[in-house]
Formats: sequence, C-alpha cells, structure tokens
Amino acid sequence: MDKVSVTLTVNGQSYSREVEPRTLLVHLIREGLGLTGTHVGCDTSSCGSCTVIVDGLAVKSCTLLAVQADGSEITTVEGLASNGELHPIQEGFWEMHGLQCGFCTPGFLMASLQLLERNPDPSEEEIRHELEGNYCRCTGYHNIVRAIRYAADKLSAAEAVAGD
Amino acid sequence: MYPESFSYHAPSTLDEALGLLAQHGDDAKLLAGGHSLLPAMKLRLSTPAHLVDLKGLRGQLQYIRDEGDTIAVGALSTHHQIHTSELLGSRAPLLAETAGHIGDMQVRNVGTLGGSLAHADPAGDFPAAILAAEADLVLQGAGGQRTVAATDFFQGFFETAAEPGEILIEVRVPVQKGGSSYQKFYHPASGYAICGVAAVIEGTNGTVSRCRVGVTGVSDAGYRATAVERALEGQTFSAELAASAAEQAAAGVDPLEDPFASADYRSHLARVHTRRALTAAWERN
Repeated sequence: MDKVSVTLTVNGQSYSREVEPRTLLVHLIREGLGLTGTHVGCDTSSCGSCTVIVDGLAVKSCTLLAVQADGSEITTVEGLASNGELHPIQEGFWEMHGLQCGFCTPGFLMASLQLLERNPDPSEEEIRHELEGNYCRCTGYHNIVRAIRYAADKLSAAEAVAGD
Repeated sequence: MYPESFSYHAPSTLDEALGLLAQHGDDAKLLAGGHSLLPAMKLRLSTPAHLVDLKGLRGQLQYIRDEGDTIAVGALSTHHQIHTSELLGSRAPLLAETAGHIGDMQVRNVGTLGGSLAHADPAGDFPAAILAAEADLVLQGAGGQRTVAATDFFQGFFETAAEPGEILIEVRVPVQKGGSSYQKFYHPASGYAICGVAAVIEGTNGTVSRCRVGVTGVSDAGYRATAVERALEGQTFSAELAASAAEQAAAGVDPLEDPFASADYRSHLARVHTRRALTAAWERN
C-alpha cells in the first residue's frame, strides 16, 4: 500500500514521517518519534494508558490513525514538565503517591490535564467520573484522586497569584 | 494490534466522498471518529480495502443549529459537543444527557453522532434517544437527499436503512416538549449498554398527553416500546402506573443473549430501567 506523509507538532517540535495508512498514532509516537512515555496498555481503547492531547482534546492514541492526526498539535507526557519543573499534575502524583508501578500514569496525567482545563475545581465524584477511561491496576484510585485535587489547588493558587 | 492494510482517502467535499463510495462500493468504509470502526479493524473483524476519512468534512458536517422547531445536528458532531451543547441542553436535553453516558471522556472527545448511528451497534446509546425524540436522519446519496424517521432507520444487528453509497449527514431533532430521562445499565467492563431506556413524557394536571420510549441494548436493534407508550397516554401518572406500563418494555421483542446477560435478565433490566426512565422524565415534565 502507498505510504502517506504525516506532519505533526509534538511538544512544540515539528516532525514529518512517511507511514503506512494503518499506522496507529501511538505507534508513530513511540516507534517513529522515540517518545516512549506514551504507553500501550489494553490496545482496545479501554484503559487510557495511551492518552495524549491532540489539538486540545484528550484522545486514546491506540484508536486513532496517525494520518487522522496529520497537521495537528500534540502534547505527550514528555511535554508536561517545563524548564526542569514538574507540571502541578505530575507534582500531585509525586506528593500524593498517585502511582505504584507507574504504567498507567502517563495516561492519567494527560487525561487529568483535560479534566482540570474543563473543570478547574472538580469534586471527588467528578474526578472519578471523568477518569472512567483510565485504568490503574495497582494503587487503586484514592491517591490518584488526591493527586488531582492537589494539582487543582496548586493551579488555582498559581492563578490567584497571577491575577494579583 | 494494527489493522489490515488499506488505501487511505481524505476527501474535502461531500461530492468527492460520495464519488469514492460509488467507485469502491463494498470495498470502501467511511471513517468518522473511528471509535467503533478502528477497534473492529484492529481485530480484523472489518477489513476494508479503502478507508474514506471524513475529517475534511468537519467544516460542513460539524454543527448544532437552531432551526426553530428543530435542532439540526451535523453528523460529525462529537459526543462531547452534543453533551455540552447549551442549545441541546435547553431545547433537546434527552440527546445531550444520553451523549454523556457514552464511553468515557476520551471516547466522547472523538466519537461522532453520525458514526455511532450508522454503525448501529445494538448496545450503542444514541438509538434509544433518537427513537424517543422522534428524530429524522438525513441521508445524502449521489442522486440527492432523503430523510428517514428514526423508527425506520434501525433495522437489525449493525444494519440500517442507509443504502450503499449513502452518507448520513444530519440528524434533525424536534425541540423537546415535556421531561426526559435516559437510564442505562452499563456493562461493567466495556461501559456499553446492557440495556438503555430513553423516555420523553409530556402532560398537564397529572395526565400524560404524550409518551415516547426508546430502548437499546435489549434487541438486535433499538426499538420504540409502543405498548408502554399506549399504557400511559391519556392516563393519570402515578408510580404504580409507570411500573405496570414498564412491564411491557420488552413485549414482542426477541431479547439478545450473551454470557453476561441472559434474555430473561435483559427483559428484566428493560422493565426496571423503563420504570426509572418514566418516573424521572415525569418529574422533569
């Protein structure tokens, strides 16, 4: 089959690759671009380990063709920290022990980013509902919820300072 | 897992997309959000030789418009857009509520109304709402457009009234009168509907003047529970009446059976969720 050309901006950097049309976005990100922070868990759009942000939307990159994302701007877990400083969501997972083995964590971080962008002050119930598309098989979800509340508080405090 | 090889097409107009369907016939599949089709392709349940990606048509087919008595929803509108639409939330809330029960946040960001309806998964959520809302579906073919009522659209297991070469372009939802509710029993792993019931009830002074009930997940295609509707219309609403009417929720239906839910259990779920949907819809009337 003819290859197709795909151009993406990932974490601010532009990439062009020739891929088979059937190449999944997650495979291009991991194998084509070498950004292996994005994980493949279930590979059936259930577990959310492969969540990345495409043009502002959290998506499961195992269920998107790379060519569907042609021309888009993507943020992966590698793009969260800046200047050596962890993003408040990452810091929350660190401080609240929001992970054990860490396999699901990149997906949780990216989904949480979308959650907090849409709802900066979510209740525990809202966090649990909005993260239904992400599975954690070891810590359970209590500390993940605490980590996201930590990030919400930190982000709103930063916002308040910025607004002063 | 990855799909079998295919040729990829990304038309930028509807005519171009229709031309590709005409040219490749059964070998072509339309790709909207892809959240039903790609999983099927990864499992090699679906192996189209030609994939026609509709992303270039978002400018034309992604909208939610107020047209007076009707809200017109473009087929490429995502579940998230429908769930959070203020227009739908205030004027056709059943559709907005139902969209919030589909999949999860990431799936709702990508999955589309048109893709979901055209796929016609018997466990999909939208058929229940589309049936209860008495929406019309607009199909575009090479020879022109035609409109199909929701009751005629769902014909069986993954089967709709759309002819080969036609594209579902718009769903026309009448402005809702009365209260509505969607009650769903989730498959605990997949989140699909083992049973989902959408109800709309209108009435004054305690009397039901109009009732519509759509059921998904129970049969090989979404259906209207007309016996339930008839049992309520013209009657004084009460919890007892809702319960007795709901007994007819799976009347005349051959319920699906799988390792998770037997036919009897599915019928039971249909009755229970119909009672709940009727009660909640009446409270919102």
